[in-house]
Amino acid sequence: MTLDGGWYLTLAAVLFTIGAVGLLVRRNVLVMFMCVELMLNAVNLTFVTFARMLDDIGGQALVFFVLVVAAAEVVVGLGIIVSIFRRRGGTTADDLHLLKG
Amino acid sequence: MGVGSDFPILSTIVAVPVLAAVVVALLPRSRPDLIRNVGLAASLAVGVLTVVLAIDFEAGVPGYQFVSEHRWIEDFGISWILGVDGISLFLVVLSGVLFPIALYGPKVHKDLKSYVAWMLVLEAGCIGSFLSLDLFLFFLFFEITLVPMYFIIGGWGYENRVYASVKFFLYTLFGSAFMLVGMLALVYLSAKGRAPVTFDIRELADRGAVAGNTARWIFLAFVAAFAVKVPLFPVHTWLPDAHTEAPTAGSVILAGVLLKLGTYGIVRFGLTLFPQAAVDLAPLLLTLAVIGIIYGALVATVQKDLKRLVAYSSVAHLGFIVLGTFAFTNQGLSGSVLQMVNHGLSTGALFLLVGMIYERRHTRQIAELNGLQKSMPLLAAVFTVVMLSSIGLPGLNGFVGEFLILIGTFVTHRWWAVVATVGVILAALYLLWAYQRVFHGTPTGDNVGLPDMTRREKTVMAPLVVLIVFLGVYPKPVLDRIDPSVDRLIDHVESRTDYRQPPVAADLGRNVRAAERGIAAQRAAREAEGHQDAGEDHGGAGEGGGEGEHGRVDE
Amino acid sequence: MLDVAYLIPALPLAGFVVLVCLGRRAGDPGAGWVATSAIGLAFLSSFIAYVQLLGKDGEARAVVKPIFTWIRAGGFEVEAGLLVDQLSLTMALFVTGVGTLIHLYSIGYMKGDERFPRFFVYLNLFAFSMLVLVLGDSFLLTFLGWEGVGACSYLLVSFWFERNSAASAGKKAFVVNRVGDFGFMLAMFLVFATFGTLDYQGVLSRVDVLTATTATAIALLLFVGACGKSAQLPLFVWLPDAMEGPTPVSALIHAATMVTAGVYLMARVSPILALSEEALTVIAVVGALTAFFAATVACAQNDIKRVLAYSTVSQLGYMFLAVGSGAYVAAVFHMVTHAFFKALLFLGAGSVIHGLHDQQDMKHMGALRRLMPVTAVTFIIGWLAIAGVPPFAGFWSKDDILLAAYDKSPLLWGVGVVTALLTAYYMSRQVFLVFYGGERWRKAPTAGAHAGGGGAAHDAKHADDAGTGGHGAHGDAPHEGPWVMTLPLVVLASLAALGGLLNLPFGESARLEHWLEPVFGEALRHVEASSAHKQALAAAAGGAALVGIAIAYGIFIRGRRTTAFEPPVLQRAWGIDALYSALIEKPGHALSTFAARVVDARVIDGAVNGVASLVRAGGGQLRKVQTGYVRNYALGVAFGATVLLGLVVMRAGA
Repeated sequence: MTLDGGWYLTLAAVLFTIGAVGLLVRRNVLVMFMCVELMLNAVNLTFVTFARMLDDIGGQALVFFVLVVAAAEVVVGLGIIVSIFRRRGGTTADDLHLLKG
Repeated sequence: MGVGSDFPILSTIVAVPVLAAVVVALLPRSRPDLIRNVGLAASLAVGVLTVVLAIDFEAGVPGYQFVSEHRWIEDFGISWILGVDGISLFLVVLSGVLFPIALYGPKVHKDLKSYVAWMLVLEAGCIGSFLSLDLFLFFLFFEITLVPMYFIIGGWGYENRVYASVKFFLYTLFGSAFMLVGMLALVYLSAKGRAPVTFDIRELADRGAVAGNTARWIFLAFVAAFAVKVPLFPVHTWLPDAHTEAPTAGSVILAGVLLKLGTYGIVRFGLTLFPQAAVDLAPLLLTLAVIGIIYGALVATVQKDLKRLVAYSSVAHLGFIVLGTFAFTNQGLSGSVLQMVNHGLSTGALFLLVGMIYERRHTRQIAELNGLQKSMPLLAAVFTVVMLSSIGLPGLNGFVGEFLILIGTFVTHRWWAVVATVGVILAALYLLWAYQRVFHGTPTGDNVGLPDMTRREKTVMAPLVVLIVFLGVYPKPVLDRIDPSVDRLIDHVESRTDYRQPPVAADLGRNVRAAERGIAAQRAAREAEGHQDAGEDHGGAGEGGGEGEHGRVDE
Repeated sequence: MLDVAYLIPALPLAGFVVLVCLGRRAGDPGAGWVATSAIGLAFLSSFIAYVQLLGKDGEARAVVKPIFTWIRAGGFEVEAGLLVDQLSLTMALFVTGVGTLIHLYSIGYMKGDERFPRFFVYLNLFAFSMLVLVLGDSFLLTFLGWEGVGACSYLLVSFWFERNSAASAGKKAFVVNRVGDFGFMLAMFLVFATFGTLDYQGVLSRVDVLTATTATAIALLLFVGACGKSAQLPLFVWLPDAMEGPTPVSALIHAATMVTAGVYLMARVSPILALSEEALTVIAVVGALTAFFAATVACAQNDIKRVLAYSTVSQLGYMFLAVGSGAYVAAVFHMVTHAFFKALLFLGAGSVIHGLHDQQDMKHMGALRRLMPVTAVTFIIGWLAIAGVPPFAGFWSKDDILLAAYDKSPLLWGVGVVTALLTAYYMSRQVFLVFYGGERWRKAPTAGAHAGGGGAAHDAKHADDAGTGGHGAHGDAPHEGPWVMTLPLVVLASLAALGGLLNLPFGESARLEHWLEPVFGEALRHVEASSAHKQALAAAAGGAALVGIAIAYGIFIRGRRTTAFEPPVLQRAWGIDALYSALIEKPGHALSTFAARVVDARVIDGAVNGVASLVRAGGGQLRKVQTGYVRNYALGVAFGATVLLGLVVMRAGA
């Protein structure tokens, strides 16, 4: 049996919502970071689905870009988080409000 | 032309100060004399070049001369076009004369190197603005002048210099923003459809692509920038602060040259590019000008700071210039152009003199000064001459411009001229009162026994005083060069609008004169009836109902 | 032909330039002699020009001598040139003539002043400006001279600038004159707008194109200018104050020459005035009122020079009365005779002041006729001339004016006769107080005290004088001045006595009238009256003079009194100065202060600074949004994304 495209999209929406809510409610920077990844991948999933449904390779190609950017982002982001962890001994997002206006 | 006609004299005039500024920047700080000499030599060289330019300039030719044109950013139609006509010529000469004086005259107390470099950049910016025939190039130079002036006020000024310099910068930039938008809109609209994009004002004026409300809005955008620079009431309040806080040389250049960018801009761009809008909105600008004249004079009377007083007098004087510009008559416009030069000379000189008093007394408060004429008779005498020029005493330069402006305004906008003439009374009031408080009376306290003008100060003032007297007695060589260009500009306005200059103001006056000379001869010979026809001929002219322009009569 | 005319203004100008270049090196009295010879030669040139003009036919005596093109822009063109005609040459002759005498006198009077050369620099510049004024061939050139003499008057009145009163007086003179010049300028604008030229010949030969309204406007605006320069109501206030200047200046500028410029201007534009009966009436009425008003004030002044100043205002009023009555020749005639006797009186007063070491209060003078015989005799001649006692000059010229005024309106004549009586009274009062009575100067307080705190400079001047000139110290007997001072007195006295010969009203002897007639042409009104009628009027005027003298004689000689009718309101000149101060100065100052402190500082700068603080405050509020908590930002992003999404969905749905 083949699953209808709608299921994939639903899954992607659920994943995205989990990621978004997680980003909003969690305080741990590492977890928030993973939530962002979750959202990115949810979007990737929709891209691939639509590419398949519309028979357009462009969607899949774009996923590669997203993956690359996400990888780069992970590298930089994790680096920052690690250095914060070392300096502060914790990664609670609320403790980090140096940019308060 | 004396200098080979392919010698790019205009580009040289702009380039020399820039190069000198670079040289000064490269010189070591430890050689102040060398720095000063390089700066002075460069500005003097420019001065000489401008004078050469004035001599080579062909009187009687209305169009642009010495045009040098180079492509620059072709895709956007931006070019390096410099040219000079009767309207800009004497402003260039004025800059050429005032900069060496400002550089040499007042003493600089710190960081000579940056000071000289900034002044040279400023000079290039000012002269470049006067010479540019490309809108983009003009804007570039126009904005460039802000930076050195900002640093000169902020760096070498008095107590409140930071506030003053920021105010000056923001005020002017605020106006320029409108102009930038207006400029782009104009270029865009002019290039729509048929023609290629161009910033060349000659081309833009010819196309006359914008009209009606659009033209009025764009015109207002330009005027916003220039009005701040002039400054026109009510956007004038940066001026007293900037003038008062700037070092002497800064005030001299600010009053003498920078303010003229505003009035020049209105004439060159406002009137040329938007003739109809300018005619339509003339009442508004005339009213603002008249308010400026009266208001500036009134406020000047109650100033306690001598420099501030002179600054407010500038507001009044610049009001006259704008008045003459929007009179749309030959006399008014010629008077305005001439008055730009006159104001530069007399107000520049006044600032120098106030600077000299400050050097001796370290105060500008009128209340702390008295009886200075006792110990400084020469300085007082020079001050008197300059003051009388500023008051507009016939025989000195200020009068010629002022009178032409007023008479030119009177024939088209009678009541504005009447009110503006009141400003002439007030000018006498505030300056004489200030003079009395500062120079008259018996000196007391620190005012006793001050040294009179030094040799250096005499050297600086001498050319200004000579020019003040010369232009008052014999302004004809200057007016002869201004007049054809003004004629051309008015013709341009008339060809694009319904406006027609009253016949008395146009060349008809000369016809009348020629006729009446005949009468005089006849009268002398006692042919009493001879005057009838000419009298009638003239009657039509007087009522403004003459049949139009008559040919020019050469004498 | 007539090239000598160029020399008339050129010589004083040359003197000015030479003296400026020499500066202090010219020295005392060298500078004085340079200046005096410059103007003396100018007088000679004028005389030669006069002789040359006499050689011409009466109608061909108006000659324009062009110099150069001064201003040209579009249709506006001003050729600087000299207009030599009967009127301007008459003016030039008496300006240079009286001027020469006063220059000469100044050499003695200013002796020892620390700024002696500078004084003569100004004096020559003044002479040049005055000559440009009268000889200029266009309104604008006259205006050049007009403002030039005003500036010189400013410089000379505040010559002793150490005194605040002198400095203020100079400024006041300039500013009040500027108010008048406002009218002059507007008149020029109107003339240009109507005629397209400012040339006298071009304008005056075509006045027939003027409408009555325009003619009235031009005439009245020019009259405003004349009021300022010639100190008529309501612009007379500067002239009494101008007495702060050195006395020769008062004589030259504020009596003989500059103040008559207004009358000259009116005479010059007589063809325009002739077109407007209203303007003439206004001029006549203002003249008559001024004459009367100033005469009343003169009766109550104690300062020897202020009496003469108000008297000048009054006599100028007579001249305007004449102009308003269309009697231009009478106006010019009185101008000339007035120049003689008023210059004489001022110089005499200067001599007295000089002799008494700067005492100016007549209450502290007296019995000087024995100690200063030359001054006394000449002063008495001047007195008789101004009082209008026949056969002295003043009688004839005043008689001409009153005759014309009677023709215009008997009421104006009445005012004129009353003024004549007052004139005779106050001048007699002056003569009796100064030259007769007791020697009150013996117990007089020092002059410094009289002149207020500011007298120091003047005192210092004479301290020098005493040291170098070998005069006695303060308190010594009054003495006559040197010959340079007495000679001009004698010459002027003879002119004041015989000046009437210029225009005697008998048959063919009316020389001035003949001479000037072509200038005025139809504008000149001829009074048609029987000789009996004329004699009756003359008798009335002469009688009024004698009555005035008799009253003064009764009070000051017979009654041996030193004070008579001197109410404070007259001493303060009817409070006009105070009125101006209250009506113009104070509100003006308040308005200016309001403009500077409120409009400029609060409203405009307030708006500017307000924008700045608004931006600042707005930023202050906005910064609170930047909490620094990532989740807040994330919430914002989520919210924004939701809104955008919602919008997209809604648009897709619609």
